[in-house]
Amino acid sequence: MLKQMKQSILATLVITLLTGLAYPLVMTGLSQVLFPAQAHGSLIEKDGHVVGSALIGQTFTGAGYFHPRPSATTDTDPQDATKQIPAPYNAASSTGSNASPSAKSLSSDVADRLAALTAENPNARIPVPVDLVTTSASGLDPHISPAAAEYQVPRIAAARGIPEAQLRSLVARMTSGRTFGILGEAHVNVLELNLALDQQVAQR
Amino acid sequence: MNAAGILQIVVFFVLLTALAIPLGIYMARVYQGERTFASVILGPIERGLYKLCGIKPEQEQHWTAYAFAVLAFSLIGILVMYGLMRLQALLPLNPAGEAAVAPDLAFNTAVSFATNTNWQNYGGESTMSYLTQMLGMTVHNFTSAATGMAVAIALVRGFARRSAKTIGNFYVDAIRSILYILLPLAVVFTLFLVWQGVPQNFDPYVSATTLEGASQTIAQGPVASQDAIKLLGTNGGGFFNANSAHPYENPTALANLFQIIGLLVISGGLVVAFGRMIKDGRQARALYAAMALMLVVGIGVCYWAEAAGNPAIASQGVDITASDQAPGGNMEGKEVRFGLSASAIYAAATTGTSTGAVNSMHDSFTPIGGMVPMVNLMLGEVIFGGVGAGLHGMIVFVIITVFIAGLMVGRTPEYLGKKMESKEVKLAVLSIIVFPLSVLCLGSLAVVLPIATPAIAAAGPHGLSEAVYAYASATANNGSAFGGFSGNTPYHNSALALAMLLGRFIVIIPTLAIAGALAAKKTVPPSAGTFPTHGWLFVALLISVIVVVAGLTFFPVLALGPIVEQLSLAAGTLF
Repeated sequence: MLKQMKQSILATLVITLLTGLAYPLVMTGLSQVLFPAQAHGSLIEKDGHVVGSALIGQTFTGAGYFHPRPSATTDTDPQDATKQIPAPYNAASSTGSNASPSAKSLSSDVADRLAALTAENPNARIPVPVDLVTTSASGLDPHISPAAAEYQVPRIAAARGIPEAQLRSLVARMTSGRTFGILGEAHVNVLELNLALDQQVAQR
Repeated sequence: MNAAGILQIVVFFVLLTALAIPLGIYMARVYQGERTFASVILGPIERGLYKLCGIKPEQEQHWTAYAFAVLAFSLIGILVMYGLMRLQALLPLNPAGEAAVAPDLAFNTAVSFATNTNWQNYGGESTMSYLTQMLGMTVHNFTSAATGMAVAIALVRGFARRSAKTIGNFYVDAIRSILYILLPLAVVFTLFLVWQGVPQNFDPYVSATTLEGASQTIAQGPVASQDAIKLLGTNGGGFFNANSAHPYENPTALANLFQIIGLLVISGGLVVAFGRMIKDGRQARALYAAMALMLVVGIGVCYWAEAAGNPAIASQGVDITASDQAPGGNMEGKEVRFGLSASAIYAAATTGTSTGAVNSMHDSFTPIGGMVPMVNLMLGEVIFGGVGAGLHGMIVFVIITVFIAGLMVGRTPEYLGKKMESKEVKLAVLSIIVFPLSVLCLGSLAVVLPIATPAIAAAGPHGLSEAVYAYASATANNGSAFGGFSGNTPYHNSALALAMLLGRFIVIIPTLAIAGALAAKKTVPPSAGTFPTHGWLFVALLISVIVVVAGLTFFPVLALGPIVEQLSLAAGTLF
């Protein structure tokens, strides 16, 4: 018994050093040599400062930018530390809504988002695609569907004073299809799309 | 449902099987102590580890000593991890300044990781330091997986041996599992994930100024190294709260495909290794077929239900049609880069195995879509199952199946030349019955005790689903959740930990006892009266037994939870 306990303790110690220390440290070293940009979080810099990560969604509210999906992330209430308040795209605390499909609150949230979208996009050419009225699983989804981008085109064209066709070709250029034509779904990275948009047309 | 979505499911199955076969052949060689191409480098390390720990590899253990070693090793792991979380504020590698973890949460988390459950009553990026994630979470991801693999191999030896007293040496089986299988695969998988975009650094959280001038704090860390082993070891505990839905943990559709394969490939490979070790590939093919069939049915139902969408959303005039331009269906709690098919495969695979990592929020699935992962838990996680745990769980169901077949034809049941007598059947029933006992008793308490019910977020039938899912997940050592359930209270931290311990050790101990009893038996050659255990008839019988055992136990709860919810939703009743 005693010998068994000793073997267990020693084995725990040795395996901890091997898998808990050597393994992550060697992996960190190798990753930073082989794939430095990804290993440090795929950060995007503009004019010398970090504007975000290519993999992490962020909030856009201006009429001249493409908007991301709704996000269910929260943050501690500065007034009352025991409470959580909505804080979309809080990249230090990822979460989904975990809303039940039969919840009244989910249905009314969707109705509110729908009303806001319709008011902001009076000239939209297509019905609202489902990803624009539902929260993502992480609350940090960096992508929208090509349909969700198309839905916003008339609003942005008006805000920036450019033809819709120019925006459509930009969206098409920035769209990634399904990987190898079968994996996942077509998507557009909102931050990269907006950066490309800023590069093409100055915001009015 | 569309062609690309269905094709994606086909590609996944072909790739999985193509990788599981060579891996299984390699694993059989490792566990039988034969030389492999990796022996040149790993052999000296292996012998060095034995020397450091005072282990004599040739000294084999009786099943009781083997079981004692499993328990001792797990207990020490729990204690170390508990201490680490309580002390993390004083230890290095804590750039975000995380405080000491509360005692009840630390206990729950230590048990959770030691039992291969990885149920998480916390958000990783807002609770755990980098050091805790490495020395606690990552280490347990290796050790709890290796423990499961060792137990499965011990059971296989029970069949392969004749009139033997011992079933192997636990430390040797566990160390070989880590050194020859888990670690090399994890190294390759980590680099693949980093290439796809998963961070691997010790940087402080990044402060970004967005294009509109707002500030955004972005969590960082050694994510990839933990992500890789969380999947390969069917652990499932995420570095971040959102787990593999977080774009840093699962950045692309390609990474997603290999994450699903990663969480199945060792369990699939173990079935192949089982066939090699008992020198009868037909037996392994029958088990593999039963597992794959149940998995494909689950994926199909889930994908169909999610593609049908949520009528409460569709009826408001939202476009839920799937096309090349939009994912459609039910996108609440799903990521655009994955869409419906890739989320359905992930949900079914992660609950068929004991992984519990998620790339979408099961709580927000349509009622029938969410019932698929719940049913997978209730079937006892034998759809490939946890690494090791899936194989030994499936073999226990095989023992029950041959017993029932034996009753029907009036002969002593046998499997692989071993007579299944009253002792083995009793032990098999014990290891199966603990699961419904824990889920139904603790689950009932969770919906009636005043101290327990505030954890339930949803009103109506969905609330029952949340509570039952939590206790099914804990007992099955899965770790996925209907995440609206707030389990971080002293009551649930304790009750869930109890469920995890029951589901782990009251299954492992009888399984090892069966292994010991079988190893001691002689082998009888098959006769005309032997019921063949490799044809389609047997596969069908095995699946029926699994479904009937789970179905009879859990159908009432499923009827009151997801089925009522689906019917209400279709009738327009919300809660």
